[in-house]
Amino acid sequence: MDDLAQVFAEEPFFSGFSDAQLRRLAGLARPEVYQNGRYLIRQNGSADRFMLITTGHVVLKAFVPQRGMVPLETLGPGDPLGWSWLAPPYKWHYDGRALERTEVIAFEAEGLRQAMEQDHELGYRLQKRMIEVIAHRLQAARLQSLDLYGNPAGDLP
Amino acid sequence: MSARPRDPMLPRSYRIESVESELPGGEVFSWTLRPRGGELEVGQPGQFNMLYQLGIGEVPISISALGEDGTLIHTIRDVGGVTRNMAALSAGEEIGVRGPFGTAWPVAAAEGHDVLLVAGGIGLAPLRPVIHHVLANRERYRRIFLLYGTRQPADILFRKELERWRGRFDIDVAVTVDRADASWRGDVGVVTRLIERGGFDPRNSIAMVCGPEVMMRFAVMSLERRGVPARQIYLSMERNMQCAVGYCGHCQYGGHFICKDGPVFPYDRLEPLFDVREL
Amino acid sequence: MQVIEREELDRLIGLLAGDGYEVIGPTLRDDAIQYGPVRGIEDLPAGWTDEQDGGHYRLRRRDDRALFGYVVGPQSWKQYLFPPSQTIFRARRDADGLHMEPAPVQAPKRAFLGMRACELHALAIQDQVFTEGPYVDEPYERRRGSIFRVAVNCGQAGGTCFCVSMETGPRADRGFDLALTEILEGGRHYFTLEVGSDAGQAVADRLSASQAGEDEHRASMAATEAAAAQMGRQLDTQDLPALLMGNLEHPRWDEVADRCLSCANCTMVCPTCFCSSVHDSADLAGSEAVRERVWDSCFNQAFSYIAGGSIRSTPVSRYRQWMTHKLATWHEQFGTSGCVGCGRCITWCPVGIDITEEAAAIRATDQRRKRRDG
Ligand SMILES: Cc1cc2nc3c(=O)[nH]c(=O)nc-3n(C[C@H](O)[C@H](O)[C@H](O)COP(=O)(O)OP(=O)(O)OC[C@H]3O[C@@H](n4cnc5c(N)ncnc54)[C@H](O)[C@@H]3O)c2cc1C
Ligand code: SF4
Ligand code: SF4
Ligand code: FES
Repeated sequence: MDDLAQVFAEEPFFSGFSDAQLRRLAGLARPEVYQNGRYLIRQNGSADRFMLITTGHVVLKAFVPQRGMVPLETLGPGDPLGWSWLAPPYKWHYDGRALERTEVIAFEAEGLRQAMEQDHELGYRLQKRMIEVIAHRLQAARLQSLDLYGNPAGDLP
Repeated sequence: MSARPRDPMLPRSYRIESVESELPGGEVFSWTLRPRGGELEVGQPGQFNMLYQLGIGEVPISISALGEDGTLIHTIRDVGGVTRNMAALSAGEEIGVRGPFGTAWPVAAAEGHDVLLVAGGIGLAPLRPVIHHVLANRERYRRIFLLYGTRQPADILFRKELERWRGRFDIDVAVTVDRADASWRGDVGVVTRLIERGGFDPRNSIAMVCGPEVMMRFAVMSLERRGVPARQIYLSMERNMQCAVGYCGHCQYGGHFICKDGPVFPYDRLEPLFDVREL
Repeated sequence: MQVIEREELDRLIGLLAGDGYEVIGPTLRDDAIQYGPVRGIEDLPAGWTDEQDGGHYRLRRRDDRALFGYVVGPQSWKQYLFPPSQTIFRARRDADGLHMEPAPVQAPKRAFLGMRACELHALAIQDQVFTEGPYVDEPYERRRGSIFRVAVNCGQAGGTCFCVSMETGPRADRGFDLALTEILEGGRHYFTLEVGSDAGQAVADRLSASQAGEDEHRASMAATEAAAAQMGRQLDTQDLPALLMGNLEHPRWDEVADRCLSCANCTMVCPTCFCSSVHDSADLAGSEAVRERVWDSCFNQAFSYIAGGSIRSTPVSRYRQWMTHKLATWHEQFGTSGCVGCGRCITWCPVGIDITEEAAAIRATDQRRKRRDG
């Protein structure tokens, strides 16, 4: 296995993938480094990469009229960055900005989608893993919207 | 006469030595209290006192810190009838205190382990004495994590202390908020996401969780998913309390009395009940 | 076992009064058997009995002059030891600060005449709650320390009784100072007498009693056996805690809650229910206050209130709390059932909800089995 495949074989996200599958993925992957403050993705930009964070942190932000860019969620090592690459129209919904020096493994999305189409075994595994991530994040997002820590007496003056 | 505890229903007078506003607007405030005459009854981290205001009522409040030279610190959030009246008291006035009551956080059992302190909102206050304890006895613990979630940056409690803890290299402090404005540079998301980042040795960790029940429910799920065994996860439970000594019946949770069997429980004891609604 | 004639009971009451006890026993008041001061046997409800069923209580004339020919009424002895309302302390604020004075405890010497076997068990259960935990309810302990217990064994069961199922009666086996069994036979009216404590012995020694003969002994045992054979209700206690705790989401809770009025009657009449709340009130100037402790019930919505709302906001959850506490979690807390089978909650429920029927319904449709069988 080459170096890169070795790196992401150790990522929990890829646990359970076969060597052959990892090799195939490695062919589509390259490491990327973002300095503090750089954007990894931009709202409405083309979702042409699938990224898995290996070190550093990324904040996802959305533009809200009158409030500007509102931070929604922070992602860290082991987290996949977004899933817009999986479903049409393959556009990012948020900005993703590095909060510190951040390293990711980036997979070229078009190639990845083709590989998944051709190799259903690989496609199934990857989709299954992504669904876990999505389900999880959705749960977290719901929790986040519950206002758990709000004052039970309502908003105080 | 046997050495039986003094009448548990009769408060002692404590003087409010100082009042500190913990959040803008005073929604959360801390009292430094000193007993009038006699020694402070020193409690363990996790235990609580019943604080009584003349003619208004009485509320259970966890120990937030042990102050210097025989004082006691409680951190109170103004949420209703009694706490609102308490928010209006100033230094020099006296209140009644009964306690300490209840079980403590497992600071001794956690020795030699990674320590995960997971706090939500005002839930940081009951965990604060644990932080003080583990930092004062740092060599007895392995890695220490403080994972703290709150509503928004303006609601972060104990800011100065958090900054100090953050500045140390021997405790990992992560603060996350549900909502932030553009100026917030920290984490956004629920506190469970901080748990999922890992960094601890799950089998060898003791987790102590305090916050709203829903938050604790999800925190437990994340901890278990990470591999922390149920008996190594401790929660501090909340129920209405009138007596704090086991005979008014209000704090029942299944077969447990939160006041005397808790408030701190290992999760394996709560597990059969934890998902039952309206228990 | 000894025997005293009917008139000797009158002397017993007098002896106890002479020893400084206020004698309290069953009396007839407001169309029910209620506890009150008893100066002699003429104060007892001679010749009355009660007819009880779900949501139903009525007094009826007997065709004899039995003094204890009925079972339990709406009250229980707990009101004397754990009063419906008591002052805990008074507080005062002055220039020096805050002062709290415990309220004086009234612990009069009282003799309880006519305690039934189930009530003795209820007393033992409340003793456990109030005096055997890590903290002691001192006012209770003081009041409890000055009572004298005269049990009366049941010679007939009520329509809602199920002490046999709960193994609490109908014959008092312990926990009394003296125990009487009333016998009317061939024109003779007497009591067998058993002694359960030194205090009881000291009183018995002053009575004119004779050793019970074989017939009298047999009559005494037969009386309680007859009662045992007539239980108005029964409750299968086999594995009951696990059954109920394994069925916390059973649809039956919803059905019973539809009928339940959340009136809390069942908890008020129950001789073991121990819940209370405290109330604080201050004078107008806000410098003096009292704290009172009053009976409360898990059927009240505010009982489980915490800032933001009640934990048990629906009647379903409150009914479930009540029944699971009585029959299941009490075991976990105190090692016994919280129900002694006295039947009061059934009789005094305005809509006749029956704890034995509810438990049986859940047993008949145990959801754990369903879950296991897939
Ligand atoms: C073991 C324990 C430790 C606690 N520690 C803290 C703490 O460190 N800091 C803090 O700010 N809060 C703490 N709380 C919560 C605090 O007790 C309540 O916020 C407080 O009782 C609300 O009273 P209130 O009269 O202002 O509110 P209201 O909503 O007016 O409540 C009326 C009454 O209901 C009861 N009640 C209401 N909420 C609660 C509650 N959450 N828990 C128990 N009884 C309640 C009280 O008797 C109260 O007086 C703790 C609760 C428990 C059980
Ligand atoms: S049944 Fe309800 S009122 Fe009775 S002791 Fe239990 S919780 Fe209290
Ligand atoms: S639950 Fe009902 S039958 Fe049982 S002791 Fe209480 S009142 Fe009597
Ligand atoms: S608070 Fe009274 S029993 Fe727990």
